[in-house]
Amino acid sequence: MTDITPHGSQPAKLGHSPVADVPHVLRATDTNPKAAKRAERQVASMFLLSIILVIAFIVCYVTIDKDTVVYIPVFGEVALLTIMLGLTSGLSILLIGAGAIQWAKKLMPDVEVVQMRHEMASPADATAEAAANYERGKEESGFARYPIIRRTLIGAMALFPIPALFLLRDLWSGGLSGKASPDEILSHTLWRKGERIVVDETYQPIKPEDLPVGGLVSAVPANLMEEQELSGNLDARGKAAIILVRMDPTEIVAQQGDGWDYQGIVAYSKICTHVGCPIALYEQRTHHLLCPCHQSTFDLANAGAVVFGPAARNMPQLPIGVDNEGYLVALDDFAQPVGPSFWERG
Amino acid sequence: MKFLAARRRNPLVALGLLLAALVAVGGGYAAIANVQPAQASASSQTQVEEGKKLYLAGCSSCHGMEAQGTANGPTLLGVGAAAVDFQVSSGRMPLAAPGAQAVAKAPSYNEEQVAALAAYVASLAPGPAIPTEEDASFEGANVAQGGVLFRTNCAQCHQAAGQGAALTQGKWAPNLMQAEPKEILEAMLTGPQSMPVFSDGTLPLENKKQIIAYINNLQNASSPGGLDLGRLGPVTEGLFLWTAVFAALIGAAIWIGIKAR
Repeated sequence: MTDITPHGSQPAKLGHSPVADVPHVLRATDTNPKAAKRAERQVASMFLLSIILVIAFIVCYVTIDKDTVVYIPVFGEVALLTIMLGLTSGLSILLIGAGAIQWAKKLMPDVEVVQMRHEMASPADATAEAAANYERGKEESGFARYPIIRRTLIGAMALFPIPALFLLRDLWSGGLSGKASPDEILSHTLWRKGERIVVDETYQPIKPEDLPVGGLVSAVPANLMEEQELSGNLDARGKAAIILVRMDPTEIVAQQGDGWDYQGIVAYSKICTHVGCPIALYEQRTHHLLCPCHQSTFDLANAGAVVFGPAARNMPQLPIGVDNEGYLVALDDFAQPVGPSFWERG
Repeated sequence: MKFLAARRRNPLVALGLLLAALVAVGGGYAAIANVQPAQASASSQTQVEEGKKLYLAGCSSCHGMEAQGTANGPTLLGVGAAAVDFQVSSGRMPLAAPGAQAVAKAPSYNEEQVAALAAYVASLAPGPAIPTEEDASFEGANVAQGGVLFRTNCAQCHQAAGQGAALTQGKWAPNLMQAEPKEILEAMLTGPQSMPVFSDGTLPLENKKQIIAYINNLQNASSPGGLDLGRLGPVTEGLFLWTAVFAALIGAAIWIGIKAR
């Protein structure tokens, strides 16, 4: 069916040409053998240069020390090895491309051709044969003739997804294993009555007098280290991380529970209630806590209320006090799940 | 060398030599004259008196005659000498104009005057003192531990590579690439503007030194991979790719198409 005719080199028949009729102009390489020879040399030298650059890449890789640093304007101080590997491999592939384009533009034929397409629809006899095959298959399999087979098959297919429901059930309950359900896991943290509040990373316990007005501490429960080391439980840190800030007690407008602060020191979860980014971006003068991910802003002087952004819930507050040695401790776990909302939370 | 030899008797040579000699002598003297031992700043009574005069003239209109604070400026009672040194010697105070945040600029007071102001404010109520050279030295501090502490306590506002970032309502956490060790220490101790205080009680001096060592490490880091694009991470890198690099690629494709023969 293919019918290739050079276009432009001969007058096209009116009404048959899908492309505009532009007269073909011969190139210098078409008429002048010297020009064609020059183009051939250009293309070949680009490919040859590409080969040389690949060899240069290997030489650079072997000879240049990876710690050698050179100064290049605009880029600054960069590793010589990185620059040379990039230059040699980048230029070698660039030259292959440039050579191919030069070859196509200067030496390959540049006449436009028209290729006629055959019809998309199948011939009528082929479609009729396919329809007859389908009918014969239906007849020979007996799908219509044996209703018992048909009904049991439909029943089997309908019941097949049921095991998936048993598996997915574990998403909202602990399953038959008796483990805590995800709802319970998300609702509790390592904090409990009397658990000491320690500085994150240094695990140093904190006395109220260590924290001046305007001060901020990223803190975790003292039992976190043990939990992390023993059971490798990194989820515990994700739920228990808090920030402690101290403000003038007269500046506290509201809290989530009566007397949950300790002399102006308040503890709030560090995990954003929107999608769970850790936040410690606390502005000591406005008492605003800003989440850098989506700009949710919480007012820690006013019960962690959302003052801006997509978060839907107040930042959960942790009730705190001091133990008999004078160190800051939690008085209880969080009264509500920390972090982003999930559907059982309502 | 032939070029020089042929022209050594040119009359301009004498003039050139004379100029070179003058510059060498003058420059050398200036270099020596600048090396003077720093004056030990003991806060004597005269210094406090001097500081009070400067305070009443330059600061009291916003911070109040007794540094008690007014509607235009916070109280300075208890901020300590470190806060005064940080704010005034970085040029943030006095404010050029009211705005979301004080901007660092060329300082309006010389070192002696800053010391006097600091001594006066410190004499009103106790507060953090100006850190000594030794406090601000981070010799031998653990840089890796500093990195851990920086990411826990500082990166949320100043960005993981210390490039600074936006806060709310036009405020921002400044870029730390030019910050001096003493400045960093003073900022952590006093909590300037929106920044919270990181007291020695919860972040001991040893840890602060580690953080300063890490910032120093960031300041001197080279970029082995080439253009660092401000070290802001994937956002700038993606933006650069989608705008600059893609525009260049599209331009190249169009150029190849236009250049028919």
